[in-house]
Amino acid sequence: MALHFELVTPSKLVRSEDVHMVVVPGTEGDFGVLEGHAPVMSTVRDGAIEVYATASSQPERIEVRGGFAEVGDNGLTVLAEHVEG
Amino acid sequence: MASLKELKDRIKSVKSTQKITKAKQMVAAAKLRKAQAAAEAARPYATRLSAVMASIAGKVDTDGGPKLLAGTGSDKRNLLVVVNTDKGLCGGLNSNIVKEAKTRARALLAQGKDVEFYLVGKKGRAPIKRDYAKDVSREFDTSTVRNPGFAEAEEIADELLTMFEEGKFDVAHLVYPVFKSALAQDPVTVQLIPVPAPEGEVVAANGAAVDYEPDEEEILAELLPRYVKTQVFGALIEREASEQGASMTAMDNATRNAGELIDKLTIQYNRSRQAAITTELIEIIAGAEAL
Repeated sequence: MALHFELVTPSKLVRSEDVHMVVVPGTEGDFGVLEGHAPVMSTVRDGAIEVYATASSQPERIEVRGGFAEVGDNGLTVLAEHVEG
Repeated sequence: MASLKELKDRIKSVKSTQKITKAKQMVAAAKLRKAQAAAEAARPYATRLSAVMASIAGKVDTDGGPKLLAGTGSDKRNLLVVVNTDKGLCGGLNSNIVKEAKTRARALLAQGKDVEFYLVGKKGRAPIKRDYAKDVSREFDTSTVRNPGFAEAEEIADELLTMFEEGKFDVAHLVYPVFKSALAQDPVTVQLIPVPAPEGEVVAANGAAVDYEPDEEEILAELLPRYVKTQVFGALIEREASEQGASMTAMDNATRNAGELIDKLTIQYNRSRQAAITTELIEIIAGAEAL
């Protein structure tokens, strides 16, 4: 069971990998995305995305600014203008 | 007939010119590879963003939609955003861009519309000012940074959006070169503001209801400026690749021309040398016979 997660900035594809869960800081509140999540489009407030590679692992934090998240059949795609770290 | 020494000096100077053009050609080739890689890397973001835009824009009716999508209701005042390079030595690239911009400006003026220019890059300034000196509203300098990237695109787009909000223009077009190959870079004009309704297959054909957070209008309002930025960024990246491609081709030609010139001069040099030797021999023989 894995969620396909992509993080894209204008200059490059930062991440494209299968992970367990991603917690996205949406404008209207954080939401976690697991595999099979219903389709959602949401703007993302400036903050950290938490990526859980496996169910038990420590989250990896990626700071994004100017983001937009889309959950569809092919997983979660985050478009961000700036990514730090 | 030039003297031997003159010919020799001439050959030497052409040779050093050839060395320079050769070096510039190789530098351009290396930079072109980098620029192409950058263009490649920028593609996923642009395609995803326009896909999202297309799926949302279909759901929001344009009449009540944001101004960036619907326009101001007039198309009187036009802004031409012309993207030129900062450096020369790239063949006809800049003059082609300027030509395209001027054609566009003339067509708009003929329709009784106002035209203003927003110039990006140094090399477009002089030729455009020659004809439209008072219509250049702003020049954006990208020559201070080594590789103009998203930060510069953002700055340009922000400035354009502010100008649009202040009502300084109704329609903006972006004129920039599209990199087709090292031999062909064609200038194109695309509408930037108002954002043309994105075309593309409507996603979510599977009938799954998509949740929007916040709602469609707000997401669209946030995505539109971002779309403009992406467009400008795309233009900057294309410009970079076009500049290097054109430069490579131009320098390749220059190197070849220099080579031909050197060959010609060398033949001439050898002939004159031989002629001089022959004359000398004849003089010696004639002198010996006279004795």
